[in-house]
Amino acid sequence: MKKNIVIFIAVLMIATVAVFVASCSGTTSPTVENGGSETESRAAEANETEGVASGEITVYTALEDEQVEEYLEVFNAKHPGIKVNIYRESTGVVTAKLLAEKSNPVADVVWGTAASSLLVLDDQNMLEPYAPEGVGNILAQFKSSKPVPTWVGIDVWETAFTINTVELEKLGLAVSDISSYEDLLRPELKGHVVMSNPSSSGTGLLTVTGLLQLKGKGTGTGWDFLTQLHENIDQYVHSGSKPAKMAGAGECVIGVSFGYAGIKQVRDGNPVVVVFPSEGSGWDLEANALLKKDSIDPAAKVFLDWAISDEAMNLYKANYPILANGKGGKYDGFSSDPVDQLIDNDLVWVASNRESVLYDWTEKFDGKSAPQK
Amino acid sequence: MNSSIRRWFSRFRFWQFVVLVAVLLAFTVILVFPLFSLFSKAFLNNAGEFAGFDNYSKYFSTPSLSASIKNTLDIALWSTLFSGVLGFLYAFALARTRIRWKTFFKYTAMIPIFIPTVVHALGLVYMFGRQGVLTRAGLFPFELYGRLGIIISEAIFTFPQAFLMFFVALEFADGRLYEAADSMGASPLEKLTRITLPEIKYTIINAFFVCFTLAFTDFGAPKVIGGSFNVLATDIYKQVAGQFNFNMGAVVGTLLLIPALASFTVDRLVSSKNSGTISAKATKLMIAKSIKRDAFFFCLCSLVTAFFLFLIAMLFVGGLSEHYPYNLSLTLKNFLFNRSAGGVDSYFNSLKMAFLSAAFGTAFVFVYAYMMEKINGFGALRKYGKLLSVLPLALPGMVIGISFIFFFNDRGNPLNFIYGTIAILVVSNILHYFSVPFFTASGCLKKLDKEYESVASSMNVPQWKTFLRVSVPLSLPAILEIFMYLFVNAMVTVSAVVFLYNAKFKIAAVAIIHMEEAGNFGQAAAMSLLILAINVLVRILYEAAIKIIKEKRL
Repeated sequence: MKKNIVIFIAVLMIATVAVFVASCSGTTSPTVENGGSETESRAAEANETEGVASGEITVYTALEDEQVEEYLEVFNAKHPGIKVNIYRESTGVVTAKLLAEKSNPVADVVWGTAASSLLVLDDQNMLEPYAPEGVGNILAQFKSSKPVPTWVGIDVWETAFTINTVELEKLGLAVSDISSYEDLLRPELKGHVVMSNPSSSGTGLLTVTGLLQLKGKGTGTGWDFLTQLHENIDQYVHSGSKPAKMAGAGECVIGVSFGYAGIKQVRDGNPVVVVFPSEGSGWDLEANALLKKDSIDPAAKVFLDWAISDEAMNLYKANYPILANGKGGKYDGFSSDPVDQLIDNDLVWVASNRESVLYDWTEKFDGKSAPQK
Repeated sequence: MNSSIRRWFSRFRFWQFVVLVAVLLAFTVILVFPLFSLFSKAFLNNAGEFAGFDNYSKYFSTPSLSASIKNTLDIALWSTLFSGVLGFLYAFALARTRIRWKTFFKYTAMIPIFIPTVVHALGLVYMFGRQGVLTRAGLFPFELYGRLGIIISEAIFTFPQAFLMFFVALEFADGRLYEAADSMGASPLEKLTRITLPEIKYTIINAFFVCFTLAFTDFGAPKVIGGSFNVLATDIYKQVAGQFNFNMGAVVGTLLLIPALASFTVDRLVSSKNSGTISAKATKLMIAKSIKRDAFFFCLCSLVTAFFLFLIAMLFVGGLSEHYPYNLSLTLKNFLFNRSAGGVDSYFNSLKMAFLSAAFGTAFVFVYAYMMEKINGFGALRKYGKLLSVLPLALPGMVIGISFIFFFNDRGNPLNFIYGTIAILVVSNILHYFSVPFFTASGCLKKLDKEYESVASSMNVPQWKTFLRVSVPLSLPAILEIFMYLFVNAMVTVSAVVFLYNAKFKIAAVAIIHMEEAGNFGQAAAMSLLILAINVLVRILYEAAIKIIKEKRL
């Protein structure tokens, strides 16, 4: 009678092993990696003169999944010999992982990750100075100020409101009523504005530090404004793009998020419009850097060179019109030049006041803000 | 003659000692060492110098931060209360009533652990959010984002755990006690409070701590629908992933251990008084007919089940429609996953990882539990082992992820070679989900009579033979349960592995997060369906195996 049990267990095991074997054969199919496919080898022949470098590098990035896929195809066509392994996570996770790996870095390159994060890595002496080819084209305010830069920006992301027009009308307001930060204080909006929490989100931080700078550093006016804004805030969320997504889904009326996140909601067909505050937007850069390691793979430098080339910049432009080389474009359907939108951001001030700003912000608004309805 | 027996005996003891030390050492290396590398930072300042308790006093002196402690206790208590009471009633319905559809109800009770937690949150928003179908229909208008939302989703998240523990406990009953009570004219309420509850009091305490600790440390729900309601787990996230302050993160991490340490203390106090084993003379409990009782419990089970089914209905709608919610025509295109998130390979990677986690994890957990329950002596070592066994329950995935990086990525660590491989994912899963299977295994082993071991050793049968020929076969249901638990959790987990997966080895649950973040709801739903499917399949195999085992025994 025990035999049957044994047989049954055996079947169970075989089933799982079958799944296991299937999974092994699954990974051998040439779909996930970026190197070595047929089209690429054909491209290699076409580009014989250019793509001579080879190697395998690990790149950490906070760029969007789809963007990574699109950009890498272009890179691989040019440099088929270089195999790029991508670790893509949110800015916070990428940065925390990089810092935790400090004693024995795994990544060769950081790509498209917040400059404010790279400043933290730089502070800890984790970045290798490297001037990629064409770094001269990058505007001075968009790269590290060191003689040989430790990080180089590629594009800019900036505070923007994503407004759900359907829900806004229900409050008796029109889109034309919302054009500035001041407009967010309208009493009709009480409990309808969602914003990122600056202590967990880079977008939240750039919005808050942007506002503080707009209203005059250290004058207290900025904090007064934030206190008034707090009255209308429904919740502070732990992600930069979430306010825009919530506005898109109608879970809030106005999401204070960043430009691309809102544009994406528009492209996805949600009833939203994106508004850039008339006073100006706080901003941060998506930037690249080389990690300090015992031996630096030359392929990493080839990648960094490519990542600020005109070819790459043109790809970035479709999603982030403000480029670090100043040759930006426009957001579809938005007439104003997005560069004029940026405030005069003092990144050094932000970096050195980050801790105290967050402490004060947390003290004033966080934790006391549990919805009491 | 006499001395040769003693030699035999001491040889048993020697091997017992070796195995005990081996499992404890292994667990120390994957639990204590990594935790130490992170938690020691709680006592360092930003410059890396020793700072005593400065970080703690800083943390407690910020009113908005220490309010998180109060909030965390609040939501953990309420959600434990909900999931505990519901889990008990649901288990009671399946074990002690004569309602129909028991098998069906048993499957649906497990739904919450078959799908990634982000899907629960999406489901709740879809039902109760501002645009939720129930909200718009005017039903249940309450503020989802914040305290209530967290309590509901933690209750859902912990419900299967509570249900399973109560179900196992309620399934065993001594029919003689109830017959005696009936003959004395005891009311159902009296039977409940005088027989049933006292019999399972150990389970009640255990279930309370498991649910409480899980809710206390969970980060998923507070992040997605917690609104501005701060809990300790979101504080850790802010410190680590928002401000990159590992020292403060470590401070909060150590505070999260408090419930686990408390449960260890209580466990020590309770289990010394707990007899545990089922008497060999126990008779099968005959469940009396009662239409009123069965009607009540059937309605209760149906309600819970309907709620859970609603939660996954959106997966089917979202995963199988062209562009949810605008174009609902049927399609399979969502199953053609984008390559960047790992594509369909991530699913097979997850299967591989989950299978290895379950296989190695089950063996490890069971041997570990055996060493804790079935050998005599070595009191201090076993106490240490029991203390370690409850700690993983209290570790948020983020703490495991970061501390594994610190420890295993260190150049000086001889185990450095596993960093960045599938092995570290497997080890982190085994550690992350160790505690509940350990309770299952030790609960089961406690019920086996210790006589087997004493008879065997008096007959000079090596203990490994007793282990393989008696303990393992008798514990097969529990072993399968553990395998299934580890497999299912490894399929859906994100929080620890998100820091540890390799650029070349992407996994499905992480891919779901990426798809959802990118607004690609259709693909996220489709991937969740695949995960749900394999988890249901594993559960079906498990139930079939149990059925066969039971039929053979009776």
